[in-house]
Amino acid sequence: MSCSSFEERSAKNGGGCGSGCGCASGGASLQSDEIAPISAARRFFLKSASAFATMALAPGVTLMAYAESTPANARPADQKVSAKNRWGLLIDAGKCQDGCSSCVTACSTENGWATPTRPETDAQWIRKLTVRDPKNGSQFSLPMMCQHCANPPCVDVCPTGASFKRADGIVLVDRHICIGCRYCMMACPYKARSFVHEPLQDQKEYAPRGKGCVESCTMCVHRVDSGRTPACVEACTKTGNNAMIFGDLNDPNSEIAKRVATYRTTRIRDDLGTDPGVYYQNI
Amino acid sequence: MAHITYQKLDDHSVLFWGLLAMHAALIMVGLGAVLYMEHHGHIVTGMNNAVVWGTPHVFAVFLIVAASGALNVASISSVFNRLAYKPFARLSGVLAIALLAGGLAVLVLDLGRPERLTVAMTTYNFKSIFSWNIYLYTGFLVIVAAYLFTMMDRGTARNPAYTKAAGWFAFVWRLALTTGTGSIFGFLVAREAYDAAIMAPLFIAASFLYGLAFTVLVLLTMCRETRQRLLNDEMVSSFRGLLIIFALAVLYFTIVQHLTNLYAAQHWDVEMFILRDGGIYTKLFWLGHIVVGLVIPAGLLLLAGSNAGKAYISERRALTVASILALIGGLCFMYVTIIGGQAFPLKLFPGKEVSSSFLDGQIANYAPSLPEVLLGIAGVSIAMLITGVALKVMPFLPKGEEYDG
Amino acid sequence: MRIAWHIGRVAAAWLLLAILSLGVLPDPASAGPPQVAKGRGDKCVAETGWMRRNHMSVLKHQRDGTVHEGLRTSTFSLKGCVDCHAVKGDDGKAVTVADPKHFCRTCHDYAAVKLDCFECHASRPEGAATQSGAADADPHNGDVAALSAYLKEVQR
Repeated sequence: MSCSSFEERSAKNGGGCGSGCGCASGGASLQSDEIAPISAARRFFLKSASAFATMALAPGVTLMAYAESTPANARPADQKVSAKNRWGLLIDAGKCQDGCSSCVTACSTENGWATPTRPETDAQWIRKLTVRDPKNGSQFSLPMMCQHCANPPCVDVCPTGASFKRADGIVLVDRHICIGCRYCMMACPYKARSFVHEPLQDQKEYAPRGKGCVESCTMCVHRVDSGRTPACVEACTKTGNNAMIFGDLNDPNSEIAKRVATYRTTRIRDDLGTDPGVYYQNI
Repeated sequence: MAHITYQKLDDHSVLFWGLLAMHAALIMVGLGAVLYMEHHGHIVTGMNNAVVWGTPHVFAVFLIVAASGALNVASISSVFNRLAYKPFARLSGVLAIALLAGGLAVLVLDLGRPERLTVAMTTYNFKSIFSWNIYLYTGFLVIVAAYLFTMMDRGTARNPAYTKAAGWFAFVWRLALTTGTGSIFGFLVAREAYDAAIMAPLFIAASFLYGLAFTVLVLLTMCRETRQRLLNDEMVSSFRGLLIIFALAVLYFTIVQHLTNLYAAQHWDVEMFILRDGGIYTKLFWLGHIVVGLVIPAGLLLLAGSNAGKAYISERRALTVASILALIGGLCFMYVTIIGGQAFPLKLFPGKEVSSSFLDGQIANYAPSLPEVLLGIAGVSIAMLITGVALKVMPFLPKGEEYDG
Repeated sequence: MRIAWHIGRVAAAWLLLAILSLGVLPDPASAGPPQVAKGRGDKCVAETGWMRRNHMSVLKHQRDGTVHEGLRTSTFSLKGCVDCHAVKGDDGKAVTVADPKHFCRTCHDYAAVKLDCFECHASRPEGAATQSGAADADPHNGDVAALSAYLKEVQR
């Protein structure tokens, strides 16, 4: 069920649902349910077809609202992520301009971490790194963020499993079970993670974040899930530098896979065996 | 075999109540600091995104390491059959539990989400050494409690086989526990200052030293409290010898650790940071850890044991001073290891210089804040309060000959 | 006889408890069941009584599915709750959870159940911080505008 078909369906059923038939019947069957809530919830999903129509009411609305910007190839909302994909980034340091930080600004805006004023304690999901060779003074700059490793040290050390790798290779923090021990920050070779040192409010809807938990680049998982590219990549493309591309490393026909296969690329601290999903070119 | 009698503390001396009240007050202050940190977030601590573990962890790891070492005396008596140590085995077990509880309390109260402790106890990632440690720590508490039971229950204690079995189990477990604690650092591949298998034996040697120092100090305090000579001269001499050996063991592992790193060109800069250029960390390493924590205690104890030195310092006095110095050195060792190790920047591009808005490539700043220090001290007080109350409610202490003094 | 004495004692204890609790608990007349603000649209994603009993379970179920498996069906998404159940404050903007009028708080305060969701999740619709509630007046916020347009159509 793709988003566009969902839109059609909700439009067709919209009137009926709004008048209450779907919800009323779905709800009535549940009213007498005195069983375990989760199984009740499952039954709610599975039992009546009308329940599906119900979904189109409030939530369908949300889906529809996003349908405008959702490409047709997005994974359906009710389908799990799979290991068939491995999302990754390819960053061309040769094209990345010294002094340009549009990817950083875009990430900050998208995910709601304010522009850092206190470099020691403020969160930075992505940063521009200047690398200089002390021998000859040559230097280049590149964006640095969570490298979405296939063997992530942060995931290994997390006591609760809050730090985890999604089947499609995106490394995330489940803030619902993060206890804020910061062991992942000790383990990460890339200094990619930040700890939220203060209470927050008015977070972005798709980027919940709060005091006492660890966080890092999510590869804009909410955008990826709806078939879009991460905010940093979009912003970089907009500047015309075209230093960043995003795609499925497992799909041999994707641009990223082709370029990684064609050009000589580097991954940062590849010697540690972390197998990062972020590739760099021309460094 | 001489019959050992045990006693509860019932002489309500000013010293005892004073110490108890002081520790209770320090715990209250520490809990207040926790509420303050919890309300404002870690922004009110000195910790940041580079130094993510601060003073609370220095105290917590120190106490946890010492806890395992506090079991020395019990292990020596049950596992290595040294009867002279047997009178102190109960105290040794109680102290081990108390120190571990104090250390864990600090660790847990510093979490970003301390109210989610239940999550930590119900949701596990078994690949994490932290998860193993949760089992090692709780297991240690249970096993040592059972060990104490075999020593103290009249029926069970009649058969020494139970105590022996429990003693062996506890002995193996405590080695595993300290291996686990050392490996929290040893397993960190990304951090140059850690990432070494030697962290585990180094921590084990350190645990022997700090645990015994705690035991000795508690025993000597209790001598004053009970006005009894709980430690005879032979025991003082034995503890003196053990402390020397343990201090030298820590020194040995420290030397091997740094020599190994100094041999590898890739680690030269981290070694230069700790050993030469690290400012506070260098000072704490050489003065705190090496000189105050190891060399002076060992030298003092050697001196007190020699015929010539006895004129200058008594064995008892030397033991007291050496134990206090060893513990101060232990805190310095933890500070250098935990905070110094994080202050040294990660190498994203080995051989290159990096800079960024996130302070990449720079030595990280860290200054302990008052609430952190108060929380750490509260951990020590929790351990001491538990010990004090335990000695009062159950007969953990042996009876000694009365003396006036 | 002894049993009567026992029953009498228990009854006295209960009576004492009841009297004591009168002093402690709020006056039932003034604090009755909470007045919960109406959400947007005709009805909730499920029958109201059922939602009252089960919202925490479905939210938790959804949360694990979304975070770990990327399931983004939106029937029981917290974002949906926050969008529909936004309550406007005196200034016309949607209130945050810091305000006792917040939809979730009206019940949670009454039931004395601590809310943890909004430590991390936004407690009011995105954009509500800067604009007053009238979402369709805001041309930049496409999502909310589309949402309210859709609801109008549905209600027709």
